[in-house]
Amino acid sequence: MASILTNLFDGVAYGMLLFVLACGLAVTLGLMNFVNLAHGAFAMAGGYICAVLVNNSGWPFFAALPLAFVGSAVIGVVLERTLYRHLYSRSHLDQVLFSIGLVFMSVAAVDYIMGSSRVFIKLPAALEGQIDLFGVGIGRYRLMIVVICGLLTLALQLILAKTRFGSRLRAAVDDPRAAIGLGINVPQVFAFTFAFGCGLAGLGGALSAEILGLDPYFPLKFMIYFLIVVTVGGSSSITGPFLASLLLGIADVAGKYYVPKVGPFVIYTVMIVILLWRPNGLFGRTAAR
Amino acid sequence: MTALSDVSTHAMASARWRISEVAFWVLALACAFLFPSRYLIMTDIVRLGLFALSLDLILGYAGIVSLGHAAFFGVGAYSAGLLALHGIINEPVIALVAAGLVAAVLGFLTSFLVIRGVDLTRLMVTLGIALLLEALAERFSDITGGTDGLQGIEMQPILGLFAFDMFGKTGLFYSLIVLFILFLFARRVVHSPFGLSLRAIRNNPLRAAAIGIPVNRRLIAVYTLAAFYAGIAGALFTQTTALASLDVFSFERSADLMLVLVIGGTGYLYGGLIGAVVFKMLQELFQSITPQYWLFWIGLVLVVIVMVGRARIHSWVLVVPNLVIRQFAGREAAVTVPKADAS
Amino acid sequence: MFNRRKMLLWGAASAVLPGLCASMTAWADDAVKIGLILPMTGGQASTGKQIDNAIKLYMQQKGDTVAGKKIEIILKDDAAVPDNTKRLAQELIVNDKVNFIAGFGVTPAALAAAPLATQAKIPEVVMAAGTSIITERSPYIVRTSFTLAQSSTIVGDWAVKNGIKKVATLTSDYAPGNDALTFFKQHFTAGGGEIVEEVKVPLANPDFAPFLQRMKDAKPDAMFVFVPAGQGGNFMKQYAERGLDKSGIKVIGPGDVMDDDLLNNMGDAALGAVTAHLYSAAHPSQMNKDFVAAYKKAFGNRPGFMAVSGYDGIHLIYEALKKTNGATDGDRLIEAMKGMKWESPRGPISIDPETRDIVQNIYIRKVEKVDGELYNVEFATFEAVKDSGKTKK
Repeated sequence: MASILTNLFDGVAYGMLLFVLACGLAVTLGLMNFVNLAHGAFAMAGGYICAVLVNNSGWPFFAALPLAFVGSAVIGVVLERTLYRHLYSRSHLDQVLFSIGLVFMSVAAVDYIMGSSRVFIKLPAALEGQIDLFGVGIGRYRLMIVVICGLLTLALQLILAKTRFGSRLRAAVDDPRAAIGLGINVPQVFAFTFAFGCGLAGLGGALSAEILGLDPYFPLKFMIYFLIVVTVGGSSSITGPFLASLLLGIADVAGKYYVPKVGPFVIYTVMIVILLWRPNGLFGRTAAR
Repeated sequence: MTALSDVSTHAMASARWRISEVAFWVLALACAFLFPSRYLIMTDIVRLGLFALSLDLILGYAGIVSLGHAAFFGVGAYSAGLLALHGIINEPVIALVAAGLVAAVLGFLTSFLVIRGVDLTRLMVTLGIALLLEALAERFSDITGGTDGLQGIEMQPILGLFAFDMFGKTGLFYSLIVLFILFLFARRVVHSPFGLSLRAIRNNPLRAAAIGIPVNRRLIAVYTLAAFYAGIAGALFTQTTALASLDVFSFERSADLMLVLVIGGTGYLYGGLIGAVVFKMLQELFQSITPQYWLFWIGLVLVVIVMVGRARIHSWVLVVPNLVIRQFAGREAAVTVPKADAS
Repeated sequence: MFNRRKMLLWGAASAVLPGLCASMTAWADDAVKIGLILPMTGGQASTGKQIDNAIKLYMQQKGDTVAGKKIEIILKDDAAVPDNTKRLAQELIVNDKVNFIAGFGVTPAALAAAPLATQAKIPEVVMAAGTSIITERSPYIVRTSFTLAQSSTIVGDWAVKNGIKKVATLTSDYAPGNDALTFFKQHFTAGGGEIVEEVKVPLANPDFAPFLQRMKDAKPDAMFVFVPAGQGGNFMKQYAERGLDKSGIKVIGPGDVMDDDLLNNMGDAALGAVTAHLYSAAHPSQMNKDFVAAYKKAFGNRPGFMAVSGYDGIHLIYEALKKTNGATDGDRLIEAMKGMKWESPRGPISIDPETRDIVQNIYIRKVEKVDGELYNVEFATFEAVKDSGKTKK
């Protein structure tokens, strides 16, 4: 019983992590209709920023986390203003070509600057080990992930649903021309959203170094996972990707624990079945965008 | 009546062989004779070209995006490998066709999954199928050799006459002939009424259905055909390298393929071939300059291609040939770049 | 429309010709050429880089001429994909007329090149890949790295002798992992040990959590672990996170998990892990101290066992050339390499004249803190271990 709960908890933590990593992609892909395969590169950037600050400059881990967010967001906004915005109207294939190009460049550049071995972030002692909650082992680090990611999700949902910015964004997405007509600065809204998504990815990258491992090939290795989260979840809201991430995380952990021999099949089979059942994702809109 | 004859004249006109096409193939053959030390990379290019041609059939002509085309490549590769390894079919040409057919069967079966849904869904379903197959191949390692790949494949001479040699000469000419034959067939297909109906589907599935084209059946047919082509490409891979390992299914292979086709341009059959030449040459060039960081430069080229726009790059490429043409045929014959090939 | 496209064809064709010409560089000199094929990109890149670094270091130290011949290294990246390896090896042999092919990050790559070595009669020096069968695939293959049987059998024997009775295994599901598992099991169960749980982890595995939970629930005395070098760090951190270190389950295994170039970053979680391996950066010989110092100075980090394998590989090539007086006939070179003995940074090693595989000491080491840094400190030695994956034949 205890191990079931521990597994459930691990699955939730893993899913939350995937969500923070992928929700920026859900925004660019789902809301802005841009295929940004380079999303993982921003996550990697955040991870490395955090690693350098903590390991080389001696920053405390919790101070470096926000910096990972800010750093990735800044990189995101710079690239958005210089490169990405020219491509919003291009075909998806052009966007794929472009963003894969960016991934290749980021991989080689990080390899050149940081070396090709894995990087680890030194954690404060408070985050190491497990706590025992009514006989259920709960990893402290994973607990922190769940807390941070849970708060972020709530905040995101509130921003999108309740704030003025949220309604501007939804308007800009639904009908950019009408939104401009209403005096909404659509490019600015997009740039801000894009940067925010990159920042979240960066934060996710910093958090995931401990669990997924951080090396220059991060963007390529996890690109598939991000895409799965977004397609399975559907991209009309952030609730979809959130639930999809949780489902994916729990299914993956449970599959590996109970039937380790077929573990790797679980994710892909679940994805294909869901997509056949609901081609626009679990929570997608009925019509294709 | 007039409308019909219009269509057929148009179809026939575009199906006619151009001098440039003839020149392309003559040049390809000439390369095979001119650079005896580069057989291997050229074989690689030919294989990749055939593979890209296969993707062009579904992407360029039917509008189906796929990130999992390596599934069929891999099935073809393993089929050819297993056939040769266990001596089931020793003659490479027959084995090649057999491997292609196996891939085609898989293509037919999975086509029902793929024709559902929109672009992104298709992308992920195809990708998922390829990854599942990779995991399967890894799991059944007693058949596939697992991560070590199939070991000890020995190819018999083609038609019992031409043995595969170490320099890759037989391999190259074999691949080139296979590519040419399949290309001819693909050319025939896309200029047939069947091919035209595919284009109608790509441009607007709803309208195509409204004028009585059986959309789903056509898509299944072309998907199966493309799977057959990819299977042949995979089988060629195994036969010319005597290897088959898990990476034939890999996501990287499918993604590279997509890059190749997009670089070359979709929807005119030569795009895959040209893309294969350009991509491989660039890779080879950068790898010889910097074996560690060549990815960066390839990435840069991709970004530049998109930022500058393919149309503009194509027109730069055409500067020299245009000059030549003007010399001979006057201004009118000079060419510009099609706007529609980047879809 | 189509006439414009045809121009693209012209353009593409005219671009091919000069390209092919340019890449046809002629080599016409008297140098000894070594085609070094390594994964410099992709998941195995750090293996390739260590070996490349070590070879550069060696050539810096020993000069680039041997027996009057200049040594020339041609480095190629195969990204650990076997068909690349094969093509590159073939091109190196046919076009560049190399006298050696060397490197090979993974087993399939080494195997793909084997028939070429046989056909061209040139030595293939394997500097990384570690499954037993490799050297049997061609009489021209020599290995300077290790085989998994070497370290796994030793750790099996050691575990039995040291009161470990129940072991759960966690190995990556690919050829080296399966090799390690098989050989460990053989020796461990033969000595009376019991395997209580056996888990194979997929090679591309993002998260160890569920597998570790399984280990924990099986309550063994120790867990036998083999994961590829890069993943070791994540594994150890999650091992500690789950409190396995406190529940008294020790980590044992072949030394790949505790690769020196990552060890120091793993944090205290790694303390106390016992592994059997061929090399530790803490090996207490003067030669090793100099090697580690020089490597650190040149490349800024600690050399791992891959670096040593590369270092010894190039040494073997140098010495063989010395023996043949610079003659590059493949058969003579292989003859010269057989039975060669020398002192390496890892300790005394030799090439088995029968199998052309490496014979080396295997050390049992424990992770300890030395001067504030984590090291694998050797505390027992099994001398001159042959590859038991073959010797039973």
